[in-house]
Amino acid sequence: MSDPSIEIRCRVNGEDVELSGHPMTRLLDALRRQLHLTGTKEGCGEGECGACSVMLDGRLVNSCLVPLVHAEGAAIMTIEGVADGERLHAVQQAFIEYGAAQCGICTPGMVLAAVDLLQRSPHPTEADIRAGLSGNLCRCTGYMRIFEAVVAACVAAPGRPGSSDTGARQ
Amino acid sequence: MFIGQPIPRREARAKVTGHARYLDDLSMPGMLHGVTVRSPVSRGILRDIQYSPDIPWDEFTVVTAADIPGRNVVALIEDDQPCLADGRVNHAEEPILLLAHRDPSWLEEARRGISFEIDPLPPVYSIEDALSGREIVWGADNIFKTYLVTRGDVDAAFEEPDAIVIEGDYETGAQEQLYIEPNAMLALARGDDGITVWGSMQCPYYVHKALMTLFDLPGEKIRIVQMETGGGFGGKEEYPSIIAGHAALLSWKSGRPVKLVYDRAEDMAATTKRHPSQTHHRTAVSRDGRLLAVDIDFVIDGGAYATLSPVVLSRGTIHAAGPYFCPNVRVQGRAVATSVPPHGAFRGFGAPQSLFALERHMDRVAAAVGLAPDELRRRNFIETGQTSAVGQVMHDPIDMAALLDRALELAGYREKRARFDAANRASAVKRGIGLAAFMHGAGFTGSGEDHLASIVTVEATRDGRVRVLTSSTEIGQGTNTVFAQIAADALDVGIDQIEVVQPDTSVVPNSGPTVASRTCMVVGRLVESAALTLLATLKGAALQATDFAGACREYTDRFGPLRGSAQYQAPPGLRWDDERYQGDAYGTYGWAVYVAEVSVDTLTCEIRVDDFVAVQEVGRVINPVLAKGQIEGGVAQGIGWALFEQVAWREGRMANAQMTNYIIPTSMDLPPIRVVFEERPYAYGPGGAKGIGELPMDGPAPAIANAVAHATGADVARIPIIPESLMQLLERAVV
Repeated sequence: MSDPSIEIRCRVNGEDVELSGHPMTRLLDALRRQLHLTGTKEGCGEGECGACSVMLDGRLVNSCLVPLVHAEGAAIMTIEGVADGERLHAVQQAFIEYGAAQCGICTPGMVLAAVDLLQRSPHPTEADIRAGLSGNLCRCTGYMRIFEAVVAACVAAPGRPGSSDTGARQ
Repeated sequence: MFIGQPIPRREARAKVTGHARYLDDLSMPGMLHGVTVRSPVSRGILRDIQYSPDIPWDEFTVVTAADIPGRNVVALIEDDQPCLADGRVNHAEEPILLLAHRDPSWLEEARRGISFEIDPLPPVYSIEDALSGREIVWGADNIFKTYLVTRGDVDAAFEEPDAIVIEGDYETGAQEQLYIEPNAMLALARGDDGITVWGSMQCPYYVHKALMTLFDLPGEKIRIVQMETGGGFGGKEEYPSIIAGHAALLSWKSGRPVKLVYDRAEDMAATTKRHPSQTHHRTAVSRDGRLLAVDIDFVIDGGAYATLSPVVLSRGTIHAAGPYFCPNVRVQGRAVATSVPPHGAFRGFGAPQSLFALERHMDRVAAAVGLAPDELRRRNFIETGQTSAVGQVMHDPIDMAALLDRALELAGYREKRARFDAANRASAVKRGIGLAAFMHGAGFTGSGEDHLASIVTVEATRDGRVRVLTSSTEIGQGTNTVFAQIAADALDVGIDQIEVVQPDTSVVPNSGPTVASRTCMVVGRLVESAALTLLATLKGAALQATDFAGACREYTDRFGPLRGSAQYQAPPGLRWDDERYQGDAYGTYGWAVYVAEVSVDTLTCEIRVDDFVAVQEVGRVINPVLAKGQIEGGVAQGIGWALFEQVAWREGRMANAQMTNYIIPTSMDLPPIRVVFEERPYAYGPGGAKGIGELPMDGPAPAIANAVAHATGADVARIPIIPESLMQLLERAVV
C-alpha cells in the first residue's frame, strides 16, 4: 500500500499544527486521530447530521466532508477551542443551565452552530435560530431546550464569550 | 431539598466542552479495528465462504461461527438467534463473518473480498404472508407469541339491539431509533484473565449474560463497562449484546484489543427498529356514546428472530384498550416472524402502535355516534376504582377528564375547531386540530420486576462522600442527575457530595436494564431505600446524622466500610397471573392528553404541525428541566414517526439506510411543544415520581392523524402520513 501522502499546515484552536495523510483524508479523522481532538463527533459521515461541525476560516463546516487538502493554511476551531480555558462561552453555559444537552453526542456541533449563529446574528429571531441550527440534528431534545439556551446566551453575552457565573436562569 | 429543582445535568460541562468520552474516543496500544461481513440475501443455506486471492488474509484476524468457544446464541429470551450465522441465514444483514486489522482503511476492501455461496430459500416479507403460513420461517407457524386478554362477554355485547358497530384497520411502519452516536464496542479478551468490553449501551448486564453464554465463562470473568452513550431510545437495549460478542470474539482470537464501530448505514440497515404493526378494531358503542364492547386484533412483525418481540407484544396488547373503561373486551395480540432483520425495543415498546390504532379509531367511533372526539372520550375514561381490560383495579387516583380539560383549554381546541371548519372551505391550505388520550405503564410488565429483583447499593467514604452504585445507564435522559437528587435528599447532604458511579459490572450490582420507564421510578426508589438503609446503619451505631461527614468518619474508623443496599419489593397488594394474563399489569401508569394542530397544503400534500400541547400526570416531577426535555424529545420522535420516518424496504433490506433520505425532524420541522405536568405523587416512587421516558412517544402520532383527518376529511389509517400517501387519501376523501 503506497498511498500518496501530503503534509499540510494549519491553525487549530490557535495553535500551529501539521497534519498528514492522503489528500482526501477527512478533516474529521485528522482532528480526531492525529490531534486527539475527539470532541468532534461522527454521526453520519455524509454531511447530514452536523455532529462533526467545526469552524473553518470563520465558516461552519461538516468536517466529514472536508478533505485534508482543503485545510492547508486554514484557521480551524473545534469544540475544544470554544471555551476560554476554564471560562465557558455563554452558549456553553446556557446549554448547561437550560438543559440543551441530553445524550451530548450532537452537543459539540450544536454549540458551534449556535456560536456561529450568534456571531453572524447577535439578536436572532426564533426563525433565525431555527434556520441557523437546521444543519445540526438532535434526536433527544426536540430542540426546545436548545432554542431557549440560544436565546439566553444572546441575552447573557451577545456574540462573545461570557462569564461562567452568568445568572441567566429566569 | 433537591427533588423538584432544575438541577443542571451533572455531566453537562463535559458534554458542552467536548470532553465527555464516548466509545469511539477510546484507543488502546496495539488496537485492531473490526468489521462485520453480512448476508446479502434474506434467507438460504450457507454453502461456502470464498476469500478473494487479492487480499493478504494472513494480515487479518478472521472469525466465523467455528471460532465461538461457548454456545453460538445471543442469550436473551429464546435461544433462536445465532451470534454468527452458521449453515443458514434468516435475514439480510445477518452477521456471518468478522474481520479485524490494525489499519481501518484496509477493512472495507477486505470486506468486499469475502463472498458467500448461499442457496436461496423463499423469504416472507409481510405480516399477511407470515400469517398465511404458505412458507414457514420460524417454529411451526411463524408465530413467536400470542396473547389473549378477555373480559366480560364480547360476543353477546355485539348482539345488543342498541349497539352501533364500528370497524377499522390501522397500520404503523418501522421506525429507526437514530441515536446520533452509532453503536460501538471495544473488547479486550485475555485468556485466563477473562474479557472486558467497553461500549455504548443501555443494559450492561444483558451484555454480561450474553457473553457468559457465548464464551462459556463464569460471570466474574466478564466485565462490561458503559461509556458515555450518545442516545439509545431502545436501540441500544438488546443489539449491543451482539456487537460486544463480535468485538470480544475478534479480540479472543487475535489477542489484541479490538474496536468495532458501526457506520451510519450499517447501524440503520442491520440493527433493530420499531416493530411494524397492523391492528383491526371492532367496537360496539351505545347511541349515547358508551363503549359496550371492544374487540381488537393486534399483530406486530418481529423479523427473523424472537429477540424481545414477545415482551413488546405484551406491552402493546395490554395498552391496546387505552385509558377507557369497557365491560367487555377482547384483545388478541400476535408477534409474527418474517425474513427481515429483527425488530426490537424502541421507546414505547409496542404501546405506541396499539395506541395509535385505538386513538385514531376513537375519532371514527365519535363520528359514527355524532359526538365530538373529546366528548366521546370523556364519557368513557376509566376512573379511580374501576377495573381495566386486564382486570387491574385502578386504586391510584386517575383524573383523565381534568387532563383533557387542561389540554383543550391550553390548545384553544373548541374555538380552533370551529374556526378551522369555517375557514377551510375557502382555502387550499386546510387546518385541523386533533387529540389523543393515553396512558403508559411504568416499569416491567406483570411479574417482571419481581423476576429482575434489582439491587442498588449506596456507600459512603470516610470523608462523607457518597457513591451510588447501580447498573442504570445515563443515555441522555438524566439518570446521573436524578439519582444524585434522590440520594442527596434521602441522606440530607449536598448534591456535590454524591457521585453516581459509571456502570461497570465489576463494581455495580445488577439493578436491571435501562428500559421500560423504570430507571427513575423503580431503580430511583431503590436508591432512596439504599440511602435510608445507610442512614439507619449510622443511627443503629448511635451516630447522629446531623453531621454526616463526622458520622461517616467515626463509623468507618470503628466498623469498616459503610454501605446500604436495597432490593426490589413489589408495592403491597400487586398481583399478576402470567397464565391468564390478568391482574396488576403495572404498579402505576402515567396519564396524558396531547393535542396537535396541523396545516395541510392540499396542493403539495405537505403537512406541518403548527402547535403541540402535551399535558400529563407522571407523579412528582424530580427535575422539571430534565422532565420537560424528556417530553419534548419524545413528542419530536412521535412527530417524526407520524409524518416523516419511512423505512423503504426492498427485498427485505432497508433501501434508505442513510440520513439523506430517512428523514427525522430538524429544528425547522417542529412546532412549539408546550409541556404541562399535573403533579400527583405516587406512593411507591422516589419522592413520589412515576416513570416518564416512554409516555410522550404514545400520543403524537394519533393526535396528528386525527388533526389531519379533521383538516382534510381524509380517513387516515396508516403512518407515516407522507405526502404521497396523503394524496391518495385526498383523492378518495369527501371534503
